[in-house]
Amino acid sequence: MTAEPTASPPKRKPRNFALLSNWAGAAFLTPAGILVSVFVIVPFFWIIFVSFTNRTLLGRTALNPEWVGLGNYLALFDPATFFQRGQFGFSLILTTQFVLASALLGQALLGLLLAWLIQTVPPAVKRITETFVIAAWILPEVVIGFAWFAFLDRDQGTLNMIIEGLGLPPGDFLLQQPFWVIVVFNTWRGAAFSMMLFSSAFSSIPPSYFQAADVAGASSWQKFRDIGLPLIRGHIVTDLILITMWTFNTFTPFLLTNGGPSYRTELVSIYNYRVAFQDFQFGKGAAVGVIMMLINLAFALIYLSIGRKKKVR
Amino acid sequence: MSNRLRAFAFGLAGATALAAPALAVDLDVTCRCVIGGVNSGTAEWIENSVIPAFEAAHPDFNVTLNQFGGEDAQLTQQLALDFSTGAGPDVTAFDGFLIPSFVEGGLLKPLNEVAGAAVDSWTGWAALSEGSRALMEYQGAYYGIPLGTDVRMLYTRKDLLSEAGIDADNWQPTSWDDILAAARAVKQAKPDSFPIQLNAGVAMGEATTMQGYWLALLGTGEAVTDESGKFIVSSQGILDTLNLYKTIYVDEQLGDQRAQLLADGRNRSFANFRDGVTALLFEGDYFYRSVTPEGSEFAVPNRDAVLGWAKVPAKTPGSGIRGQDFVTISGGTGFVINPATDAPAEAWAFLSFMNEPEQLAAFQAIQPRITARTDVEIPNSPFLTETSQELLPLTTARPNDPNYNAVSAEIQRMTEAVVSGELSPEDAMAQYKSAVIAIVGEENTVSLL
Repeated sequence: MTAEPTASPPKRKPRNFALLSNWAGAAFLTPAGILVSVFVIVPFFWIIFVSFTNRTLLGRTALNPEWVGLGNYLALFDPATFFQRGQFGFSLILTTQFVLASALLGQALLGLLLAWLIQTVPPAVKRITETFVIAAWILPEVVIGFAWFAFLDRDQGTLNMIIEGLGLPPGDFLLQQPFWVIVVFNTWRGAAFSMMLFSSAFSSIPPSYFQAADVAGASSWQKFRDIGLPLIRGHIVTDLILITMWTFNTFTPFLLTNGGPSYRTELVSIYNYRVAFQDFQFGKGAAVGVIMMLINLAFALIYLSIGRKKKVR
Repeated sequence: MSNRLRAFAFGLAGATALAAPALAVDLDVTCRCVIGGVNSGTAEWIENSVIPAFEAAHPDFNVTLNQFGGEDAQLTQQLALDFSTGAGPDVTAFDGFLIPSFVEGGLLKPLNEVAGAAVDSWTGWAALSEGSRALMEYQGAYYGIPLGTDVRMLYTRKDLLSEAGIDADNWQPTSWDDILAAARAVKQAKPDSFPIQLNAGVAMGEATTMQGYWLALLGTGEAVTDESGKFIVSSQGILDTLNLYKTIYVDEQLGDQRAQLLADGRNRSFANFRDGVTALLFEGDYFYRSVTPEGSEFAVPNRDAVLGWAKVPAKTPGSGIRGQDFVTISGGTGFVINPATDAPAEAWAFLSFMNEPEQLAAFQAIQPRITARTDVEIPNSPFLTETSQELLPLTTARPNDPNYNAVSAEIQRMTEAVVSGELSPEDAMAQYKSAVIAIVGEENTVSLL
C-alpha cells in the first residue's frame, strides 16, 4: 500500500522499501487478480446485469431473455403483493423479526450473560461451558440441521420424549411454532461468538476495578452495569453488527423447515434460493440478490465507520 | 456437491480420461428409483436386466445406474441445473409434462437432432401408438421414448368402509358429498383415523397437482387452462376445490393435515393407508403397481381382499369436465437423452435397447403396467386391465405448455396455504392469481369470477 503517507519528515521523498520492482510486483499480483476478477468481480456485475432481465432457466425466457429494466425491482416492491405471504416484503419483515429476536436478543444477550457468568466460576467449569458453546458453533451446518430435526420431531423426537417423561403433552414444534424454532435454533447456534468476544473483552478490564468495587460493597449487577458494560461498549457494537449481518444472511433454518410451512419461516436468503433455484427465475432472483447485497453493504459501511472512529480516538 | 468438489471431480475425470484412451464408453443413467426403495421395480429392471443384457451385446460399453432417492422436484431441479451447464447423466427418466419447459429453455433437443438418423429408422416407433408418442412429444418433435401412461382413481380400504357400515364391494360415490359422507362415517367409527387423503402442499410436488388438485378441479367442470390455453386464475371451480380441501383438512379433520405439510408427507400418506388410518386415497395406478406390491415398504397386508377402487366422481353428477360424471387424468413418463452427452450414438443405442420388446417384457415381469408399446404383452393383471379400460376413455391430459411447471408450483402453494389453515380459499386464490400473472403475463390468464 504505497498510498499511505509515511511518518517521515514532510519534504523528503518517501523511500521505497519494496523488495520487488513495480513490474515484478504487478506480475506476481496478476494470477490472483485474474482469479478475483473472474470469480468475484465479473459475477458481481453479471448479477446486476441479470437482475434487469427476465432470464429464467426453463421456458422461453431461458434462451431469449428480455431487458425489463427495473421490472424485477418494481415487482418485488409492488405494494399490491408486497406484504403477501411468500412475497419479498413478507420475508423481509420476517427476517427483521428473526434478526431482532435471535441475533440481538438471543445471541447477544445470551452471549453477554454467559460471558459475565463464566468470569467468576472455577476455571474447570469455565472451560467446560466454553467447550460446549463453541461446539455448537463449529459443528457443520448439515449435521446440526439433522440433529435438530431429529430432536424436534413430533413422533420420535428427543424433546418430546423428555416432555412426555415429565408428564406434559408433546408438541408439534416444526409445524406449529416454526418461527420460534428457528429463533431458538439460531440463538443456540450463534451465542458462542458473542460469548467469546464479550468474554475476552471482560478479561481485558483491569481486575483492580472490580476489586475496588468489591471493597465498596458493590453487587454483581452493579459491577456489571457500572464497570463491565461501559468498558466493553465498543465490543458490543462490533458484535451486534457482525451477528446482524450473519443472521440476516443465514440459510441453515432451511434444513429444519424448508422455509415452510406456508412460508412461515421463509427468510430472505431462503426466498432468494426459492426464486432463483426452485422456481428458476434467475432475473428476479438476481434482483433479490442485489437488494441483499445493498443491505449488507449498509451494514458493512456502518461497521467500518465505527472501526475508523475507534482508531482515530 | 460443492463447486470446489465438483471442480476436483472434473479434474480427476479429465486426468483419467487422458491416462486411459477411450476404449470403453461410459454411460450414466439416472432415475428416481432405488432398489428396495422408491420405484424399486424400475431400478431392479435397469440394474439387473437392461444393463447386463446391453453390456453383453456391446462389450465396449460401461453403463452405470444412478439411483436417485430424493423427491421428484429435487430430481427436476438437479437435471435442469445439470443440463444447463452441459453436465448430468447421458440418459435419464423424465416426466413428460416437463418437456415443454425444458425444450423452450434449450435444455432438451429432439432425439434425431441429438443422435442422428438412427433415431428415425428405429423400428420401435411403429409399435408406439400416436397417443403414447405424444407423451414425450412437443411441437412435432420427439424428445424421448415413452414407457407408459397412467390413470388416477380413488383407492378404498374395504375393511375400514365395512366397519363404518358401508357396502364396500359396491361402493361407488357419485358426488363429493358421497365421499365426505363415507369419510365422516369412518371417522365416527374410528375417531383417530384420517379417512381421506387428497394430496396437498408443496412437499409432494406434482403429486399434489395431479392426484389432488386436478382430480377435484376436473369435477367442477374446469381445468387449469381454458380451451384457448389461457390459465384460469380465479373461478368458482378453484374456490370449490379449495373449499373441499378446507373441509377435509381444516374444518372436519377428515384428512391428515401434517402429512400434507411435512417433507416426507407422501410416504406418510402411503403409511397411513397401509396402517388403516386412511380409507380413501386419491392416487394413480402407480400406487397399485409400484407402492403396494408384496414386499415393498408400503405393502398393504392382504391387499387383494382389502384394497378396492372407485372412479373419482365429479362434484355432482354431470358437473365434471366435458359434462362427465366421473373424472381422471393421465400423465406419462419415459426416458430422454441429455443433449450435452459425449456419446449420443451410444446413449441412443441404450435408450432404444431398453425399449425393445424383450426388455419391456422383462419389466412387465417385475411390475405390470400400462405400456406405451402395443407389441408388448401385459401379463394378466385384472386390476390394471379393469382400471385402464374404465378410466382411459374418461381421461384428461395436462396442458403441453412451457409455463405449466411453474404454475403447478403455485397450485401446490395455494393448496398448502389452505390446508395449513393459514389462508382462506378466497385469499389463497387471490395470491395464486397474482403469482400466475407474474409468471405468464396478464394477457395469458382469464378470470371467470
